[in-house]
Parts: sequence; structure tokens; C-alpha cells
Amino acid sequence: MVSGVFASLIALTQGGGQAAAEGAHFEPFLPGLVVLLPLLGFLANGILALRHGRASADAVRAGGEFNLGGPDSRPSTHTLPTWIGPGVMAGAFLITLVNFGRMLGVHLEAPVVVHYWTWMATGTFTVDAALQLDQLSMIMMMIITGVGFLIHVFSVGYMKEDPGYPRYFAYLNLFVFFMLVLVMGSSYALMFVGWEGVGLCSYLLIGFWFADREKADAGKKAFIVNRIGDVGFLIAMFLLYKAFHTVDFVPVFAEAETLAYGGALVTAITLFFFLGAVGKSAQMPLYVWLPDAMAGPTPVSALIHAATMVTAGVYLVARSSVLFALSPVASATVAGVGALTALFAATIALKQNDIKKVLAYSTVSQLGYMFVGVGVGAYAAGVFHLMTHAFFKALLFLGSGAVIHAMHHAYHSTHRHEDAQDMRNMGGLKAYMPITWATMWVATLAIAGIWPFAGFFSKDEIIWQTAAFGGAAGAPFPTLYTIYWIIALAAAMLTAFYMTRMMVMTFHGTNRTGEAEAKQLHEAPATMWIPLAVLAALSAFGGWINVPEAIQNSFLGGMGAFPMSEWLHHWLEPLTAQAHHIQEVNLGELSHSAPFGGGEVLWAVLSTVAAGVVVLLTIRTVGRQKIVSVAEDTTELTGISALLYNKYYVDEIYDRFIVQPIIEASRFCWRVVDARIIDGTVNAVGLVSKGIGWGISMFQTGSVNTYAFILTVGVLVILGASLF
Amino acid sequence: MTALLESLGYSGWALHALIWLPVLGVGLVLWADEAQAKILAFWWSIGVFVLSLGLWWAFDPTRADMQMVSTTPWIEAWGVSYSLGIDGISLFMVMLTTFTTSLAILGSFNYIQKRERAFYALMLLLEAAVIGVFVATDVFLFYVFFELTLVPMYFIVGIWGGERRIYAAIKFFLYTAFGSLLMLVGILYLFAKAKLVLGLPTFAYADLLQVPLSGTEQLWLFTAFALAFSVKVPLFPLHTWLPDAHVEAPTPGSVILAAVLLKMGTYGFLRFLLPLFPVAAQHPTVVTTMLVLGVIGILYTAWVAAVQPDAKKLVAYTSVAHMGFVVLGIFALNVNGIQGGLIVMISHGISTGALFLLLGMLYERRHTRTIAEFGGIARVAPWFATAFVITALASIGLPGTSGFVGEFLALLGTFESHPTIAFIATLGVIFAAYYMLPMVQTVFFNKLETDENRQIKDLSSREMVILAPLCALMILIGWHPTPLLERMEPSVRAVIERVEAAGAADAQASFDPTPDAGPDVEDDGIQVTDGDE
Repeated sequence: MVSGVFASLIALTQGGGQAAAEGAHFEPFLPGLVVLLPLLGFLANGILALRHGRASADAVRAGGEFNLGGPDSRPSTHTLPTWIGPGVMAGAFLITLVNFGRMLGVHLEAPVVVHYWTWMATGTFTVDAALQLDQLSMIMMMIITGVGFLIHVFSVGYMKEDPGYPRYFAYLNLFVFFMLVLVMGSSYALMFVGWEGVGLCSYLLIGFWFADREKADAGKKAFIVNRIGDVGFLIAMFLLYKAFHTVDFVPVFAEAETLAYGGALVTAITLFFFLGAVGKSAQMPLYVWLPDAMAGPTPVSALIHAATMVTAGVYLVARSSVLFALSPVASATVAGVGALTALFAATIALKQNDIKKVLAYSTVSQLGYMFVGVGVGAYAAGVFHLMTHAFFKALLFLGSGAVIHAMHHAYHSTHRHEDAQDMRNMGGLKAYMPITWATMWVATLAIAGIWPFAGFFSKDEIIWQTAAFGGAAGAPFPTLYTIYWIIALAAAMLTAFYMTRMMVMTFHGTNRTGEAEAKQLHEAPATMWIPLAVLAALSAFGGWINVPEAIQNSFLGGMGAFPMSEWLHHWLEPLTAQAHHIQEVNLGELSHSAPFGGGEVLWAVLSTVAAGVVVLLTIRTVGRQKIVSVAEDTTELTGISALLYNKYYVDEIYDRFIVQPIIEASRFCWRVVDARIIDGTVNAVGLVSKGIGWGISMFQTGSVNTYAFILTVGVLVILGASLF
Repeated sequence: MTALLESLGYSGWALHALIWLPVLGVGLVLWADEAQAKILAFWWSIGVFVLSLGLWWAFDPTRADMQMVSTTPWIEAWGVSYSLGIDGISLFMVMLTTFTTSLAILGSFNYIQKRERAFYALMLLLEAAVIGVFVATDVFLFYVFFELTLVPMYFIVGIWGGERRIYAAIKFFLYTAFGSLLMLVGILYLFAKAKLVLGLPTFAYADLLQVPLSGTEQLWLFTAFALAFSVKVPLFPLHTWLPDAHVEAPTPGSVILAAVLLKMGTYGFLRFLLPLFPVAAQHPTVVTTMLVLGVIGILYTAWVAAVQPDAKKLVAYTSVAHMGFVVLGIFALNVNGIQGGLIVMISHGISTGALFLLLGMLYERRHTRTIAEFGGIARVAPWFATAFVITALASIGLPGTSGFVGEFLALLGTFESHPTIAFIATLGVIFAAYYMLPMVQTVFFNKLETDENRQIKDLSSREMVILAPLCALMILIGWHPTPLLERMEPSVRAVIERVEAAGAADAQASFDPTPDAGPDVEDDGIQVTDGDE
């Protein structure tokens, strides 16, 4: 196995699949086990959690309390979950690696579908429980199991003192199971199982500390908002079935081009799918659940609400590239919603003080970039940014987790109830947590798009492709794409600002935690910083697997020094080729210059230099600002600041104009329609009957018994009659 | 297994035994000691359930027609016969009945504290009557069983129910008796017509299928039958008896009511409305009316459910929403829709039955069902919370549970024939989360504050025995419904083919401007066999 991986890695450095022997056969290695292992982990941890739960229930009943986050370590209940939770992830990752190695060794033209059993079959509709292995699902599996494994390891340290430890790993394993079903399922129906399954786990994990009403509410909100999107997914499946009589990927994509280019049907299908994506991937106008989702444990935010689940919408569009390519309107919508969200969320992130809220809005914004990518037909670029984002955003969240962990301990030691997540209470943490500081800076530079960190290559690719797409001869709405391009550039500058602001407020300047508390601040333990270090390496170098050709050959690419030019692009080609072909036929060649002139390299240089300048300026300006801790902060926000700080009051607007009216309408339905109108009519009919005198007096006196008796007797009489 | 059943001659006597064994059990329970009544009733019902399991193997999944048929003349002067049979539509209804009856009886052990012999006797009588409804192939016999189910249910609610039990029992009784009287008129009309056309008195289902009916006759009869069944389903706006009945009924009564009795309504749709009145059943106005009422049921009751302070009433309203999906599936008039509807019937029986059992267990502990009284119970009763959450998720149709398979197929089928209606109905997916999750949160999550809640006990082993098979089935059917679907398919197809054939004949007949005046004999032939296979 190891030698296989090694051989494959050699093949990888030599230019990927193309170099591999033609005609070689891809033999999937235990793909079912990749999915099964996390499920088994869930079952084992689940049983442990229930047993542990029963024991602690007795304590609670006797008047004790769960000590959330306190030093109430229960090693005996933690031993097994510690091995099972990350263990199954390690197993799944290794199996995925073997499969990845094997796939590298061959040039896989068509997806390999492994059938297990028939899931649903009515005679006119059939869908199998089957897993699909191809280049796209493989990349997703690598991210899910790889980053997932690291986050599981991190959780061992982070959740050590939590009494719900086994339950935590049960949910986390279950999440990975559903996420793998989502990306490996061979049909939209099976993908939907994963789609709603991850939503369930997200719900359970956001509300993990369910005794806190606010957190439980946040979980509920996530579930319900997601279900709005899920309706879109369902309708899209129904439309697909109507068009193709199947919802399996392979036959749908094979026949997709029988649909008219730009036709109403394909546009409807893709827009409804996109509604699903908007819900799951927290885009406008359904993004509101994601910032609230930060109520969950921080490693959960890293895994579910940054690296994997929220990118499912991007995966959905990339997976359906053929369909989206057929609908320029839907594609423009995808890119437009993505661009708007990227900008909108970035502006909110500017004024947030909660470290996790900054990262949450940043995630919404970065997901917007991914949608811009897949919306302009740059499917590989969208997936590329999905991957690099998984690295650096997981790192940022885990890093913030390490910070929160330290802050929490510090305040706990002095019994002060201060906000451990508010950056105004931090400052100067660099001295206490150097590893966290250094790794998070790597991630910050990556997300800001500084050369040669991972985010530079992936974000730049998307921005460039937007320009190139808009400049294509037959581009449907060229001005629109110019606007998208400008928005993407602007949001990139905002990203550089708010991320640097976060780093400066957290790690630089003087410490504002408190004198006694500061002594308690400490670096994270090894189980936590090792994952940070690995992710830092990936955030630094992960972008090198897909260096655009133009950049590769310029001085930015060290004149060809990066080993793998456009590897990911080529890797995904068997899946994106059809979409690119449709695009080429209908739109013609992509442009080689940006709207205001200049080529790819020029704009890459400009944007990274600009981002670098923003980073440096922010370090200076924010570093000089007088920041005071939350307790001392008396500033009243006004104007735009207040608007941004309060997130444009979107939650309040939704509550006022959507949520409350529905609740009011529900009450009206119950108390007026049901109780008065319908039941009232029934009672009125009863009165009429009484007027007629049709034996109702009997019932009025409460003796329906008599009627029942008569009925029984009647039946008996009939029975008796048959005897004669 | 099949060989063993054959050597026992199972197919010959199984259906009779499934009706008469519970009746025998009634006698035994009444004769037993008060203290032993529940044990006896439980094991007796398990025996019936085990017996019904044989149907799974004895049933030939390739056949569409009635199987294990047996006919004995009963009232020969009226052509009434005691005839039984089973097909892919009734098979699972019978198994669902025997399964849920056993669990409902086991779930009554603590809840029922008075007149136990009478209670368990009535439960077994109810079981016999319901099985009779599902296996009767004589329409008169069907009607007798259909009415007979009212009696034990009436007493179960009226005697062992809550404070307003008399009101609820009478309401339940009047509503449903009103519906079935209309159906009786319809049946008698069919009988008279059959005698006129076929020349012999008969109530046999197979004979009545041969009776030619004009479009107008079909519409009238359809209306009469549909009203009877719609009350049972219940279809909006005939549903207001259900929340009252559920709230007042004792736990086992609610379980049987939700799991089985409501299904008699949609079963009636499939068994009688569609095959007997195929022209009426596909009349655009009729179809639209039924679909619209189904959709209103889904959305409207979801909203009403969401604001209920009483957990049991909430679940009762959700039953109307679920049955709305069944109605949708059936009147989609295609394979996906009807099979989906049947799966929803099974799934709803399991998940809503389980919800009522769980709420009953909660009531036994706290003597309240007011949602706001609870909070944070997951911390003292983790197994309880787990079972409840699994059940709630199956109820709101999360993929990987039985609820999803049914709703998905029913909506898929509806979308095939009526996309707009299906689109609106799909919104029910959102509102299911809207009614269910706040209840789950308020009861099981949030802060554990009051002392009463703190003292709530987790599931006992008896309760686990009840819930484990229910939860297991929800997940099993969610991942592997094919064994159910393949057994239903031939019978479902036969219903649809019958409807379609009638539709085609009807269309042809109405295209011909003067069918009677025409010299072509075949035209008349089409008219006479209108509604025939």
C-alpha cells in the first residue's frame, strides 16, 4: 500500500494522470469501508455516550450539575472515544489515500460506480445505494477524511474537559459519515441523504451545549433555514426525474445535452439546485444561520462550518457542471449571488469583535468566491478554492479555538465571567501562544491572497476566470461579469483588512485579558498544535498543486519552479470537459485580457501587492488604535459602523417580516379557522340535526352508548338472520 | 420458510385465524384474572403478530390479484359472503396492525389502571375488526368490520380517556358514523345496480367491479364513499374530531388510532374509490379537489400543529399533515405516487405510533402534556431523548428514515402529474421542521430547571423493548424499502391500469358524438364495459 502511494506520488509530480499508463484499470479499494468506518465509530461512541449519559443523569437527579468546560475530567469515559473517534477517521483517510493513489496511477475517463443494494425501486423509478468514485469525489474524500482527521485529533485536546465527550465524538463521526455519503453517492437522491444528514449533525453539534437556550435555538435555526434550501433540492430532483426518468449522475449527465441550451427546463433545474446550495452554503439571502452556528464547539465550526459541510453547495454546482453550463442565466445567478455575498459578508466582518463571528462572516464571503468560480464555468477553480479554504479556514478556526481555550482557562482560574471570544479582551497573545500565532498568520496570509500562499493561487484563479469569462466573445451578460470581477477584487481587499485586524487585535499590542488572568494564558497542548502545524503547511504550500500556467511561467512561478502546473485543473478535466465543451461551443474562446486591459500575470501581481499593502497598513493603523477590553469599552457605534456591527439588521428584518407573521398566521389558523370556523360549523350542523329531531336527543344526553349498543345488536341480528 | 408454511397449509387458514384468534383472545382475557389480563393479552397479540409474519413468505410478490382467497356463503338471500383475501395493498396494513397492536398493549401496562380485563378485551376486539377491514373481499363484510372498529374505539376513549373523554368519544363516533352511513347508502345502490345488471344479488368486491356505472353515477357514489373515507383519513376540513380524540384517548388508543384506524380511510381510497369509480376518480375536478385538500392538510395543519401548547395535540395535527401526503400520492394516480403513499402510511403508523407511545411515557412520569412544563430532559433521560429524536426525525421525513422514502416518492409521483401542487406540498418539508423542532427543543433541550423534570426517569427495559423495534424499522425502511415496494407494485399497477383503461374508454366514448345512434356495435360495447377491466 505504502509503495503504491509512493509510486503514485511520483506520478503526481510528473504531471498527474496524463503520465499514467493508458488503459490501466482503476480498482476501487474498499470504498464502502470509507463510509462504514465513521458510521461504526458513531455507533460505538453513541452507545458509550448513552451509557455515560445515564450515569451522569443519576448525578444530575441527585442535585449535581454538569460542569460544562470545568476541570471535571473523567478519563475513564474518555479513553475509548479518544481512540475510536479519531481512529475511524485515520482508517478512512488511509483507505482514501490508497484509492487516491490508485486513481493517480490510471487515467480514469468515466466514473467508477460501486453498487451495494437497490435503495428504492417502484417500477418506474429506481435509485441504488451506490458509491461513485471519480476525480471530484476523490478530492472531496481527501479533504473530508484528511482535514476531518486533523480536527478529530484537535478535538481530543479541545473537548478534554467536557462531560459530553463521547456524545461529541458520536456526532462528529456521524457527520463524517453523512458528508462522505454526500460526496460519494452516485445519485442526487443519495447526495440528498448526505445533504440533510449533515444538516442534522450540524443541528446536533451547534446545539451541543443544549442546556443553553441560545445555542439550542441556533441549532434549530440552522436546520429550518437549511430546509428552505432543501425544498429547492427536492424540486430540482423532481424536475430531473421528469426530464430523464432517473436522478443518477452518470445517465443524467450523459443525456443532459438533449435539453435545449439556455432552455427553461435546465434553467429551472439548476436554479432550484442552486437554492439548495444557497441554504447549505450560507449564501444570500439564506446565510443567516451560519454566524449563529458559531454557538457550537469551535472544532465543529472548523470541520462543518468552514471546511466541509458548507462547501457542499459548491460541490453540488461543480458536480452538476454540465447542467449549469447549459444555463447561462443560472450560471450568472450563481456567480452573482456569490459575488454579492462575498462583498456583503466581508463588510460585516469588518466590524465584528467576536473572533468566531469574524471567521464566520469570512467563511460566508469565501464561499461566495467559490460560487463566483463555479458560476463563471471555472469549476476546477471553485473546487481549488474549496480545497485551499478547507486548509486555511480550518486552521483559522482551530487556531481561534486554541485562543478561546486559553482565554476560557484564564477566566475560569479567576472565576471571572468575561467573554472569552471577544477580541477586545485579548491582545498580545503572541507572547503566550507563539505556535498558534505563527500558524494563524500563515492562514491569514493565505486567505488574504498573498503570494505564494495557497489562497493566492486559488482566489486569483477565480478572479481571473471571471474576467476571462466576461470577455468571451459570446458571453451572455458581459457588463455583469465586469461588475462581478470588480466586486471580487474589492472583497479581496476587505478580506486582507478584516483578517489582519483580527490578528492584530488578538495577538499583537498589549494584553487586555486581565493581570491575574494573563498569567494563566498558555500555548495549546500537542494534540491541538500539531494539527495547526500540519494545516499551516497545507495553507502555505497547498496552492502549488494548481499554479495557473501563465503564472507558472512568469516570475511569480519562479519561471517554472513550481512542480505542478494546473494539476487540479487537469485532474478534474474528465468531469469538466463536457461543461467546457458546451461553453466553448456557445460562448467561444475565453478572453485573454481583463476588462481594463492587462493579462493574468499583471492582475495577479496587482492584487497580491494591493493585498500586501492592505495587510501592512492594517497592522500599522489597528496596531496604533487604542483598544480597551469589553468591560471598559463604552464606545457607542453610530452610522455605518452600527449598521455593520449589527449585521445590517437582517436577522431583525427576517424576524419581523417572515418569522413573526408565520407564527401569527399559525395562531390564526388554530384559534379562528380550526376552532371557530370549522369546528363551529360542525357544532352548528349538530344543532340543525337536533332541530330535525333525528334521534339526537339521545346523544345530547350522553348516551351514544345506546347507539353503539344498537349498532352491535344490529350486527348481531344480521349475523343471526343468516342462520335462518 | 415458504416450504414450512406450505406444509402447514398456511395460506388456507391464516387470514381466518388472524381475525378469529384475537376474538378468541377477547374471551380468554375476559375470563382471566384482572391481574393477568395484560400479560395474557400481550402474549396473545404477539402470537397473532408472529402468525401474521408468515404472510411475508406466503405472499406471492409477483401477483397483482387477491391471494389466499376463501369464500363462504353467509347470507345467501342477499348474496353476502364471508370472503377474505389479501393483495399487495392490504398485506402491509395487516402486518402493521398486528405489530402496532402488540406494542400498544405492551405500552398500556402502566397507563391503564382500571377495568383492565375490559380494556385488553376491547384492544383485541379492535385488532380483529381492523384486520377484518383489511382482508374482507366482500363489501358488506367490509362494512361490518368498518363499523365494528368504531365500537371498541369508542369505549376505549370514553372509559379510559382524559377529562373530556365523553365529548371526544361522541364527537369521534358521530363524525365517523355520519360518514359511514353515506357509504352504506352507496353500497346499497351498488348492490341494487349489480342485481339489475348481473342478475344475482352480490356484495362480492370482484363482482361489483364488473358493474357498469355511468359517469354521473360514479360521481355520486364516489362522493358518498369519499366522504366516509375522508372523515377517517382525516382529510381537511373533516379533521377536527381527530385532535380531540387523540388528546383524550389513552396512549394505546392514540397509537392504534394513528397507526391503523386512519389508514382505513386511505386504504378505502385505494381499494374502493379508484377501482370501483375509475372515471370519477380521474375526473379533473375530483382529482384537483382531493389534491388541493391534501395540500391544505399538509400546510395548514403543520401551522396549526406548530402553535399547540399540548404535545399530544401537536402530534395529532401532524397526522393530518402526513395523511395529506398519502392523499397526494394516491391521487397522483401513478406508480410512484401510490407506492409512496403506501410507504407514508406504513411509516406514519410506525413513527406517529412511536411518538404517541413516547408522549404517553412522558405523561406517566409528569402527568402533563403541556410542552412549556418540560425542559432539559435529555440530561436526565438520555435514552428517552434519543428515541424521541430518532422518531421525530423519521416523522419529519429526514432521509435515511422511512418518512423520507414515502414522502419523496409521493411527491415525486404528484410532481409527475401535477407539478404546481407538488411544488406547494414540498414546502411542507420546511413546516415539518417548524412544528417538530421547537417541541423537541423545549421538552428535551434548554435548561433543566424544575425539580419535577429533574426527577424524570429514563426508559425502563419494558419501554426499550417497545421502542427499539419501532426505531429499528424507521431506519431499516429508510435504507431498504425495496422489499416493501416490490410486494406492493403489482397490485398498485393493477389499480392504475384499471383507472387508465376506464379513462381511455371514457374518452373514446365521449369523443363519439352519438354513440347510441351509431350502427357500430363496438361503440356500445365500450359503453357497457365502461369502468370494466
